[in-house]
Amino acid sequence: MAYKTIIEDNIDILVAGAGLGGTGAAWEARYWGKNKKIVIAEKANIDRSGAVAQGLYAINCYMGTRWGENNPEDHVRYARMDLMGMVREDLAFDMARHVDSAVHQFEEWGLPIMKDPDTGTYLREGRWQIMIHGESYKPIVAEAAKKSADKVFNRICVTHLLMDDAKENRVAGAVGFNVRTGNYHVFKSKTVICGAGGASNIFKPRSVGEGAGRVWYAPWSSGSAYGLMIEAGAKMTQMENRIVLARFKDGYGPVGAYFLHLKTYTQNCLGEEYESNWFPELSKMVGKAYLDTEGQHLSHKPIPTCLRNHAFINEVNAGRGPIHMVTMHSFQDPHLEEVGWENFLGMTVGQAVLWAATDVDPKYENPELTTSEPYVMGSHATGCGGWASGPEDLSPPEYFWGYNRMMTVEGLFGAGDAVGGTPHAFSSGSFTEGRLAAKAACKYIDDGKAEGIRVSDKQIEDRKAEIYKPMEHYKLYRNEIVAGDVNPHYINPRQGLDRLQKLMDEYCAGVTVNYMTNEKLLQIGLKKLKIMEEDLESLAAKDIHELLRAWELKHRHRTSECVMQHTLFRKETRWPGYYYRGDAMKLDDDNWHVLTVSRRDPKTGEYTMEKAPLYHLVEEENAKVEAAE
Amino acid sequence: MPTFVYMTRCDGCGECVDICPSDIMHIDKTYRRAYNIEPDMCWECYSCVKACPHNAIDARGYADFAPLGSSVRVVRDEQKGTIAWKIKFRNGTVKDFLSPITTKPWGTCIPQLADEAEPSKEMRDGELLFNEPKYVRLDEGELHTLESNGLKLKEGVYY
Repeated sequence: MAYKTIIEDNIDILVAGAGLGGTGAAWEARYWGKNKKIVIAEKANIDRSGAVAQGLYAINCYMGTRWGENNPEDHVRYARMDLMGMVREDLAFDMARHVDSAVHQFEEWGLPIMKDPDTGTYLREGRWQIMIHGESYKPIVAEAAKKSADKVFNRICVTHLLMDDAKENRVAGAVGFNVRTGNYHVFKSKTVICGAGGASNIFKPRSVGEGAGRVWYAPWSSGSAYGLMIEAGAKMTQMENRIVLARFKDGYGPVGAYFLHLKTYTQNCLGEEYESNWFPELSKMVGKAYLDTEGQHLSHKPIPTCLRNHAFINEVNAGRGPIHMVTMHSFQDPHLEEVGWENFLGMTVGQAVLWAATDVDPKYENPELTTSEPYVMGSHATGCGGWASGPEDLSPPEYFWGYNRMMTVEGLFGAGDAVGGTPHAFSSGSFTEGRLAAKAACKYIDDGKAEGIRVSDKQIEDRKAEIYKPMEHYKLYRNEIVAGDVNPHYINPRQGLDRLQKLMDEYCAGVTVNYMTNEKLLQIGLKKLKIMEEDLESLAAKDIHELLRAWELKHRHRTSECVMQHTLFRKETRWPGYYYRGDAMKLDDDNWHVLTVSRRDPKTGEYTMEKAPLYHLVEEENAKVEAAE
Repeated sequence: MPTFVYMTRCDGCGECVDICPSDIMHIDKTYRRAYNIEPDMCWECYSCVKACPHNAIDARGYADFAPLGSSVRVVRDEQKGTIAWKIKFRNGTVKDFLSPITTKPWGTCIPQLADEAEPSKEMRDGELLFNEPKYVRLDEGELHTLESNGLKLKEGVYY
């Protein structure tokens, strides 16, 4: 094949994937590594890449400590409550104590943050959310990253991490290909900060045609954060913790601003409030500690996202759908109406288009809601991702191995979706995690931990052959058939994605089975994934664009396998409304008040599963006494 | 709402190809103009629509759930720092919206970190990031720690 091999050598910090996490990493790395070589490899164009490409209308993680609004521990408690206890509280506290400094810089850089006209503070949408005009959020943070980086390689699909041939379990860079030129790119680097994304499109979507692109998480979020790290042998955590979203039907437009700021609410087809009807029974499933039906109204504690989904799903199954968002009252106020529309235009244009196309004006009609297909990611109300070290001053021994946000592979760091156990980081928290990872990566290098890395020519050549194999395979067998895509020797990436989505849906608790699975189903699913892995060796790509889709599919497949393994391991229903284990329908704190951790052996492909202890933030006795006084 | 390109407006400049996060805006080899090669991988993010210098790109609602006959048009102006939207419903209703996209002239207010003073060893070994602790609270307060907030991380407690 005529593609050139382009080697970028002597990199200190390689940022693989420059969404909010990666841009934060590249930006901050320059401060701690004035003379270090910082390089970004990005699958698309850094100005419009990642989950924030389209913009955002809110920053969902801001403490406001400066105005006495919240302390970091308050946010940890919130995230813990929302995730039914399952949070890496050291990482969550660490993110929360730094996140405001990122937001304050965004404002200085020109990001328009709305202000409360009475108090002069940032305009709150909810306790943690502030409202922004964030159409250009991504181009603005991209400017910052570009200012710090020595080089930005756009349009590089990173397919694999490079591993050190001199020392076991140490990273040595990454490889990939340029989706425009087709050239093979080798990045030899002392450290890698994985800023790649979580996974959309691994579960069959509700849409049946073009609408498959209107996924909740970006269609270009191909699970590469997980595909890259799992392949390198990094430990993963909480991969069973997929998320299901209650959103406006079909367009998946966000509901946060509607609930929190516009004070809209939901009702069933009879115009009744329905959620509380399901809570007494649900409280028996999850226990009073997680849902206290009597105390809830008094305490005003928010209901965990998954439990609200549970009520939604059950109400629809009981025949009282559709669930409507009651907007007609709020939208009579012209200011609130404007906020409602701009909220979509700023982050989910598709919902505005859909309402325009169907003549839904929320001023005169209450729009329908739905629950989405599941998504696997780590920065919204879910915490899938890599098992990362916490910071030295916070983390207990089980959570600390030398460098903040370093994975169990030496020199490999993560931010955003890549880091597990850190839900509710959102955009600002992901950027913050990138900054933390960058500082730690610089220290790792300065401490001499990256000395003597060797990458053999064989590793580079082997990966090259592997990367282009789908194109070779296509050429070899294409002419055996007259025309079309039906070929006994290969499947194309779209056909493979369809198969993956169908089997994840049916065996791993997707939308068509009402988010239900069990041990038997998961075991069948794993078997099918294994066979699919064999077929992925026969994947065919007719051009470079299809080669991109081929590698995205491989990352999605690896992510799916890990999700399936974790779902099988955790024998309980921890998050009803996200998914159900039909053979273990109750939350089981006696056995499962733990974080799940997996490792796939890169040589054998076998998974090892373990339970990791769960540490919670508690107040010191004297602090409690002081507070009481 | 996958995007499509008007034949008579596109001159094949490739701005959309350059910006599309999903790599689906490509130049057609026969007509030398751009088109969406994979509508079911289109997030309707409007990056290409905003980037097109000729307003040649529009979106048509996803065929599997959106009827024909409406439009959502946009003009993004970096010089003015604004974005203007026009929503036209199927029934003819029109709604206009205008928002700021930045408060500063583009790219002028981001410091070059290579020019900042070298951080001390104490800072390197500690937990502070660039501009901290000042930027956390914009006062004299220090970074929060378990100790400062009277907290402990403890195993064996349940929440």
